[in-house]
Amino acid sequence: MSTKRTNELSRVVVRFAGDSGDGIQLIGDQFAMTSAMMGNQISTLPDYPSEIRAPAGTIAGVSGFQVCFGTRSVYTPGDEYDLLVAINPAGLKVNLSNLKKNGILLLNTDSFTERSLQKAGYSSNPLDNSELNDFRVFKVPMFKLCEKAATGLPLSTKQVERCKNFVALGITNWIYGRSLEPTLKWLQKKFGAKPDFLKVNTEALKTGFSYAAESGFLKESYTVPRAEENVPGTYRYITGNVATAMGLIAASRRAGRPLFLGSYPITPATEILHELSNQKKFATVLQAEDEIAGIGSAIGASFGGALAATSTSGPGLSLKSEFLGLAVILELPLVVVNVQRGGPSTGLPTKTEQADLLQAVWGRHGESPVVVIAATSPRDCFDATVEASRIALKYMVPVVVLTEGALGQGAEAWRIPALEELPEMKTWVRTNPTGFLPYLRDEATLARPWALPGTPGLEHRIGSLEKEDGTGATSHDPLNHEKMVKIRAEKVARIASEIPPLETYGDKNARLLVLGWGGTQGVIKLAVENLLEEGVPAACAHLRHLNPLPRDIEPLLKKYDKVLIPENNMGQLWRRIRAEFLINAERLNIVRGRPFRAKEIEEKAKEMLGVRK
Amino acid sequence: MSEEKTLTRRDFVSTVEPRWCAGCGCHSTFTRLTSTFPMLGVPRENFVVVSGIGCSSRFPYYVNTYGFHGIHGRAPAVATGIKLNNPALSVWVMTGDGDGLAIGGNHFIHLMRRNADIKVILFNNAIYGLTKGQASPTTQVGTKTKTTPYGSEEIPVKPLALALAAGATFAARVNDTDTDLLSEVFLAAGKHKGVAFVEVLVNCAIYNDKAFAAITARETKTERTIRLKHGQPVVFGANNDKAIKLKGIKPEVVSIEPGKAASDILVHDIHNPDSTPAFLLSQMEYPDNPVPFGIFRQVSRPVFKDKTEPRPTDQDFKHLLESGGFTWKVDSNGNIGSV
Repeated sequence: MSTKRTNELSRVVVRFAGDSGDGIQLIGDQFAMTSAMMGNQISTLPDYPSEIRAPAGTIAGVSGFQVCFGTRSVYTPGDEYDLLVAINPAGLKVNLSNLKKNGILLLNTDSFTERSLQKAGYSSNPLDNSELNDFRVFKVPMFKLCEKAATGLPLSTKQVERCKNFVALGITNWIYGRSLEPTLKWLQKKFGAKPDFLKVNTEALKTGFSYAAESGFLKESYTVPRAEENVPGTYRYITGNVATAMGLIAASRRAGRPLFLGSYPITPATEILHELSNQKKFATVLQAEDEIAGIGSAIGASFGGALAATSTSGPGLSLKSEFLGLAVILELPLVVVNVQRGGPSTGLPTKTEQADLLQAVWGRHGESPVVVIAATSPRDCFDATVEASRIALKYMVPVVVLTEGALGQGAEAWRIPALEELPEMKTWVRTNPTGFLPYLRDEATLARPWALPGTPGLEHRIGSLEKEDGTGATSHDPLNHEKMVKIRAEKVARIASEIPPLETYGDKNARLLVLGWGGTQGVIKLAVENLLEEGVPAACAHLRHLNPLPRDIEPLLKKYDKVLIPENNMGQLWRRIRAEFLINAERLNIVRGRPFRAKEIEEKAKEMLGVRK
Repeated sequence: MSEEKTLTRRDFVSTVEPRWCAGCGCHSTFTRLTSTFPMLGVPRENFVVVSGIGCSSRFPYYVNTYGFHGIHGRAPAVATGIKLNNPALSVWVMTGDGDGLAIGGNHFIHLMRRNADIKVILFNNAIYGLTKGQASPTTQVGTKTKTTPYGSEEIPVKPLALALAAGATFAARVNDTDTDLLSEVFLAAGKHKGVAFVEVLVNCAIYNDKAFAAITARETKTERTIRLKHGQPVVFGANNDKAIKLKGIKPEVVSIEPGKAASDILVHDIHNPDSTPAFLLSQMEYPDNPVPFGIFRQVSRPVFKDKTEPRPTDQDFKHLLESGGFTWKVDSNGNIGSV
């Protein structure tokens, strides 16, 4: 937290915590959205249990929402918290270790009853001992403030106490000088038809705000000036999964092909299915009977001329493998979105990970190359999906988009692009029967023509058996098979010619390069900035294209003495880089269901450079 | 191919020679189906034949339409995607007892219940042929196969009963040698709006020869099968001298005066909104009962996603991107305002 004036901050991390069902995600969204609308950069990380209602008040039931907002360099949801809002003791217990020394701790003292302390695993009340001495503790009787907000309203105690999240939001808004307007507007829209609920929540928000102002806990509230750069345009607060859905719609519109999604509900990818189900003008959606039928229906729609997609998470990607291989041999365009979560098996459904990279690149039987692209942030899910669609359509290939739980669920401010800003989408839809063969090839891309059912004279058969090149007839000829294996590989390899050169960031003379992919982009950049600030020369580069890899990756990596690859897996990109380029890269791996913290990368980089702490 | 030209069977036969064994029931089914296609009034380019894996799933290669030979058991998924994306197409699924009821059993159920306008021909030979003779979900108890050398112990599934239980709006059974009925049923299935399920009993001459001969052989079929006719009493026998009567909820064979069914004889109604009578017929098996053939059920239900949405405008698209609740504008001076 760097400061200009004593009460002016450039970057702040707030963590809201409470019981699932306390409305933590809701106030987190409201706070982040308000900050974005006030011109701050934002990055969020929702963190919640996989059970809808884990036992109330327990550690297992804690729901968290983290937001980083600020004037510059907001690349991640943040490391340590400046403010921890704990609505119950379990929320405190789970999150306290990550609160900065001298950070603010906002507690709902009304919830620190003997019973809830016991449920959270406290043997004595932390309000009464020295446990919280390192922090600035703001003790607020939130239930009592709820009662005050509900004065004169015909509501039960339970209904009144449910507003505690808005009391907490009001206090947080005061601490950081946030406007109440966006949330007041939202409440109006949400509860317009229920005047008592509108009133009590509105009053709870205002009561929290004025309580904080009058309490004298802080002499004055902090300010967090708006971002230095705000490109003109229309902005939207958007999560990665919604951005993915919008990316598919935008690509479909740009390509002039109808959009089809075949999908099956799975955490943490389901919002993509929800969003497109709600847009029937823009997409035909099938909620399939299983993951397999999800991708199968998408391949059928693709055969019929759609920009077709399926969305899933790890276990679903495993189930889709056979059909993905079919899309490879059929040479049909397809977008497979995999919002990665902790595995193997059911693993950690609500927690983030990056451990499906090798499965995406190689996880099928036979020589079965697919294009793999990774999104780097929530809003980048839009661009990554558009790019995946563009490649799928141009080259007639399946493309896997890897996003991550933290990206899909996390949110950022997104400048809405105009359709013309999106890349051009080329397709080779064939209508002329003269000289038509299903496996003719474009010389440059090796794509085959897209001959859509309903087109007279182009009736043809495709299938899962090996094809003869050109005619597409079934062929068991061994030399033809080898030829086709090589063509399918070459088609994917050629896409590398379109990948823009890798950009490096940081010190030009650095000996160390930190190489990342996917959702680690922000945290790596932040770590490099922090290292530079400390006078440690470092640089970073980031991969969006994981298959094929950019052509300049090998010469780039060989410029550096040391290469560090941090991943939320056990070293999947690391393994590939070492295997393909014989580069002695080092790895940094955490698989703890959460994104990296910048400090973790900084420490490893310093260790590699022999910098003493 | 112009639509005005009258199509014939020849237009629907591809240049690939069918590679089914001699004596396989797939041949006659192929002939009757390709004879039916020109009668449906659908341009050839609008036909799509989709299959999974197995002997019968080679079907698409032999039909000169759009064809899609997919992976084992998954033809319903592919077909559903093709149909939903372009409701103008006439989509036909070719599957078998292993493909459709074992590995693809789940897809089969959902294909039946959704009632998308897709036609499904299940070639039931009660054996895995392409993998050279293993028991399938319809193999009869006691049948010796390579995986059941002591005789199959599993209770077979009844494809029609399963289809009806899942809500099929059209369900029929035909034997591969009954060419007239094949044509009649395929035509009715092709014209049905909604999912149409046809079970064809096909003989596998190599691995399960004469599996259905006890019922369908020339010398036995009149006494052991029933030809269902809509609106007619359920009668059978060489002289139409036997009929089905319900005793409680059990079908019972009774003798009648040839051609004269009394009022207590079951009358077949394919349009009955209640599927119970059709389900009851689907349970009838030799040797306890004669086996019904023909159309069991044909009812009208809303067809899944058969309406095309109007194409969205650029304004719709802009509105969509800017919706979602939390939207604001930054002007060229950097001022922030609401949209």
